[in-house]
Amino acid sequence: MELLLASAVGILTACGIYLVLRQRTFPVIIGVSLLTYAVNIFLFASGRVVMNMPPVLSDSAQGYTDPLPQALVLTAIVISFGMTAVVVMIALSAYLSARTDRIDMDDEAEGSAK
Amino acid sequence: MTHWIVLPVVLPAVMAAFMIMVIRHHLDLQRIFSIIATAALVIIAGGLLNHAATGDVLVYELGDWPAPFGIVLVLDRLSAMMVMLTSVLALAVLVYAVGTGWDSRGRHFHALFQFQLMGILGAFLTGDAFNLFVFFEVLLIASYGLMIHGGGSTRLRAGIQYVVYNLLGSTLFLFALGTLYAVTGTLNMADMAERVAALPLEDTALIRVGAALLLVVFAVKAAVLPFHFWLPASYANAPGPVAALFAIMTKVGAYSILRMFTLVFGPDQAASAGLQSWLLPAALVTLAIGMVGILGSRQLSRLTAFAVIASMGTLLVAISLFTPESSAAALYYIAHSTFATALMFLIADMVIARRGDEIAVHRPMPQGGWIAALFFVGAIALVGMPPLSGFLGKLLVLDAVRGAPSTVAIWTVILATSLIGIVGFARSGSILFWKCHDPGIVTPPADEDELPDPIELARAERAMRAPSPMAFSAAFALLGLIVVLTVLSGPMMAYATATVDQLYAPTDYIDAVLRRTAP
Repeated sequence: MELLLASAVGILTACGIYLVLRQRTFPVIIGVSLLTYAVNIFLFASGRVVMNMPPVLSDSAQGYTDPLPQALVLTAIVISFGMTAVVVMIALSAYLSARTDRIDMDDEAEGSAK
Repeated sequence: MTHWIVLPVVLPAVMAAFMIMVIRHHLDLQRIFSIIATAALVIIAGGLLNHAATGDVLVYELGDWPAPFGIVLVLDRLSAMMVMLTSVLALAVLVYAVGTGWDSRGRHFHALFQFQLMGILGAFLTGDAFNLFVFFEVLLIASYGLMIHGGGSTRLRAGIQYVVYNLLGSTLFLFALGTLYAVTGTLNMADMAERVAALPLEDTALIRVGAALLLVVFAVKAAVLPFHFWLPASYANAPGPVAALFAIMTKVGAYSILRMFTLVFGPDQAASAGLQSWLLPAALVTLAIGMVGILGSRQLSRLTAFAVIASMGTLLVAISLFTPESSAAALYYIAHSTFATALMFLIADMVIARRGDEIAVHRPMPQGGWIAALFFVGAIALVGMPPLSGFLGKLLVLDAVRGAPSTVAIWTVILATSLIGIVGFARSGSILFWKCHDPGIVTPPADEDELPDPIELARAERAMRAPSPMAFSAAFALLGLIVVLTVLSGPMMAYATATVDQLYAPTDYIDAVLRRTAP
């Protein structure tokens, strides 16, 4: 389980960073999303990985899992969802007004790409 | 008094929601409410500052949950000072935005402005690390909207870079918080400070990683080299008044460094020792890059953006030493550089509205004399020549580093870069304001591609026809604040010194948050 979680975080981060370094906005946005997935899993694991344990007090519980990281992940998911929506909208309007989806602002490179 | 501390967060939040839901189609009402709310913020900040000046640490438990479990807002001298700074700056910038009509060039300017204020003020007041992240996101998401306010393809493309860079910063912030939580099991700053101090040295590897990540995140916000790349394009392309408000946003990064690395990872904390030594060389190079950028800029807006980088460099040189004297100097410099860079952005906006962004010879612009005078004084303040507060700030920084191991290097860099900055400002100032009066110079006929689009042209003509008294009074108010800062430097330094005493003796803060003292 730990191996699975750790490698998931690692692979997602690696893919995310690779995509963020691309030049077009679409892969960059996908990359940012992958990074936020990675960080969500990472946050989830920061309260130690426990299987089949309740996060709230109960009489029959054998033990507990830390509820706080789950709350943090929830907040992080909501925020990253909103941010992704914003960045998609800005990217779309930038593409529509500039007719190019290159993320760098080097005008000469843009001219040669056309 | 106890509920006052939450007002700087609640008031803008309620105002913003009110503006979007009730008066979204009435620009005049929005203007009135926005200015009233911001003026009320200044008054509230004054009350808070007055209370904090007594040395009392005020804690507000949200939802009445006691400290390590619930989220707290904490008001000490440092927070109160930053809240005051933000609200005063916001009022001046808002008056300018209304006066120039910037707020009518897109929708929801005032709502976004209030949300931005909510995020900034919340970040200064919170005593919880994760809550700091949330307020960072609030101020960022509002700043995305403000940054692309008014539209235009260059601005939108600069906006994407800004958003993506900050999203990466936020991701890193979450990684840092996760790491710290995994080791300490708490996110409350005061509680974390105690637990980090109690950790045996051999278990601190993860803490070190977390602290380093956190430093990187704050360095991104503060635009410290090598994380400054986002700043010139974003600030140069943002609307003028928005860029002026952003002058406080880099200070949020500086504030967070100062807060976290005195409270949680204090200078005598073995767990994070050595991290701070990375900051000084980075700050020095930032300062140098900023000043060289001023000299090399071909657009006025970029020049001003590099002035922000340079002032952040000076500020972080002072912060990075983590001695009481240098931190006090840093606090004075924070106030000065916020007002000075904001003033410069407003001046740049006035110039751009009248003759375009390029630093080149044009025909003289209307109200050129006033603007030239403002530019002259603003430049003096920014590069740190006497008699204004920039000089005092730099003098304090230079004085504070005396005796540090790297005094010679710091003095050399600060003094040499000041000279570069003077040359840079003198060059652009004389081209912008003097050469246009030289009868020997003929304005080159404008290139076909260089012609601004008709809408921009119409705007510029409108700006020329109607010299807005509100815009000028906002700029002169900022100038007045710089003068006040200079004249009252004695009381200001006394306050800064008291603040630093509080920062370097964090037991008061920790006890107040964890309710160990008698209420």
